[in-house]
Amino acid sequence: MKRKFRGIITLLIVCVLMAGTLSACGSKNEESDNTTSGTEATDAPEGTDTTETTDTATEDLSGTITMAGSTSMEKLANAAAESFMAKYPNATVTAEFTGSGAGIEAVTAGTVNIGNSSRNLKDEEKSAGVIENIVAIDGIAVVADKANTVTNLTKDQLIQIYKGEVTNWKDLGGLDQPIVVIGRESGSGTRGAFEELLEIEDACKYSNEINSTGGVMAKVASTPGSIGYVSLDVVDNTVIALSLDDVQPTEENIKAGTYLLSRPFVMATKGEVSAQSELVQAFFTYMQSDEGKELVKSVGLITVD
Amino acid sequence: MSDKSFSIIGSFKTKNTVEKVASFIFIACAFFAVIAVFSITIYMIISGTPAIFKVGLKDIIFGTVWKPSADVPSYGILYVILTSIVGTTLAIGIGVPIGVMTAVFLAETAPRPLTGIVKPAVELLAGIPSVVYGLLGILILNPVIYKLEMYVYKDSPTHQFTGGSNLISAVLVLAIMILPTVINISEVALKSVPTHYKQASLALGATHIQTIFKVIIPAAKSGIVTAIVLGVGRAIGEAMAISLVAGNGANLPLPFNSVRFLTTAVVSEMSYASGTHKDVLFTIGLVLFVFIMLINIVLNKVMKGGKKDADS
Repeated sequence: MKRKFRGIITLLIVCVLMAGTLSACGSKNEESDNTTSGTEATDAPEGTDTTETTDTATEDLSGTITMAGSTSMEKLANAAAESFMAKYPNATVTAEFTGSGAGIEAVTAGTVNIGNSSRNLKDEEKSAGVIENIVAIDGIAVVADKANTVTNLTKDQLIQIYKGEVTNWKDLGGLDQPIVVIGRESGSGTRGAFEELLEIEDACKYSNEINSTGGVMAKVASTPGSIGYVSLDVVDNTVIALSLDDVQPTEENIKAGTYLLSRPFVMATKGEVSAQSELVQAFFTYMQSDEGKELVKSVGLITVD
Repeated sequence: MSDKSFSIIGSFKTKNTVEKVASFIFIACAFFAVIAVFSITIYMIISGTPAIFKVGLKDIIFGTVWKPSADVPSYGILYVILTSIVGTTLAIGIGVPIGVMTAVFLAETAPRPLTGIVKPAVELLAGIPSVVYGLLGILILNPVIYKLEMYVYKDSPTHQFTGGSNLISAVLVLAIMILPTVINISEVALKSVPTHYKQASLALGATHIQTIFKVIIPAAKSGIVTAIVLGVGRAIGEAMAISLVAGNGANLPLPFNSVRFLTTAVVSEMSYASGTHKDVLFTIGLVLFVFIMLINIVLNKVMKGGKKDADS
């Protein structure tokens, strides 16, 4: 009896293994089928996809939007381009990331439809007929552990801390405890924005380089005397968000433009949006819609009212 | 009946099919591993070499400044390599004596009820995911080490305080993580020492402790070396736990410095890296791969050496 069972079990195992290998092959085939059909669909968007054409028949705009500009806006621009193209399958949005200045130059010269800039436009740029359309605001909060008695820093103090020139909180009017300087890893957008706004690119002396926003929050919350920076939207009550130059890091202050560590994300156009092509207008309408606002929030930015 | 090997229905034909199918499955499985190793090797070399030509091998391996996103980027990983070597060595230095002593205790001196507690505990230690070690490191180890750091560098104006995320924390976490490997393999090695060695030693008048240190441990030497080499492999390849406790600053591996290991250098910057920066991360992966290959070659040599010992 026992032996028979063993045989049956072996057979079962063999069957399961075989089924496993076979199904693995099967799913691979399916996958490749999907990709081929996908490429077909993009090759010939009309006709083949009946379900989508009914959905977008009323918004059937075609053409190309070209964007160029800020590298900091890469995440937002790519996300916007992707979801916009998903909504308007006949439209193409291309984005290049050449830097804010180059983006504004390109839109002034008329070589692109939209110039991305992660700063406000200068007066001479505005006088050249370029209109500043702020689509989102990037805000960074400076956080410290809850036991910290310092609640306000000036811009210079913050720079000194991150450059390693001030190493003890007592020099800033706090307790006699060393400052643990926490930052993000290089390549992080938050780190790029923080260093750019304070003009301390690659001059920071971090003691901890943490590769996630949550990690920075946890480390700051658990380390006495620590200081770190995170996107404004993740600040909670495990840490205190420091005021900078006596301005609290709140959405209101950022929208009012008084908070130091914030910057507008501008999608500049030559002339008013209403003077643009139908497709560009649709793009801005999309960015201002609820869907567009969700998108802005999803990349960690503050929406503009 | 009883001497007949198992069969499903009893006919020779089915049995033969089962044999053939089974052996085919075994071959397929064996090749799966071989294919994996080959493709990983080829992939690492293909993706790791471009940066060497772009940046220069010397600049990468002997450079000390890691600033991948600066205007004039610098990709020196000397401190990172040193950290991996120093960190792993120290972890082995702490972990191996403890591990071997535990193995001696389990194999030789432990009273039965105690073995019943220690052995499952060690096995449990092996099963704990590395991220949990990291979390415990952040919550328990880092604050303790930070107190020590504040005590040691009380009036130092130049020391950069790390909040406990430094080489010491990383080494301690690694030392604990290699314990199960070292204990289990050493224990097996100690237990496989023939009993007549021990009996002869005891009969000659040696005490139990003398026997352990002069006879049993030397006889189990090759097994213990294997344990150490496997421990090195585990320590050098660990990323998750130490990325949480080591601080990740690319600094010289001094006890209270925030340090970055080869593994954490790759893990922490992979998500946003692009261009040459990303290529260099692959090169770091390649360096790590070469390290682990070397360790494996050593391991193979050691195991072969061990077999010769047993034969003689």
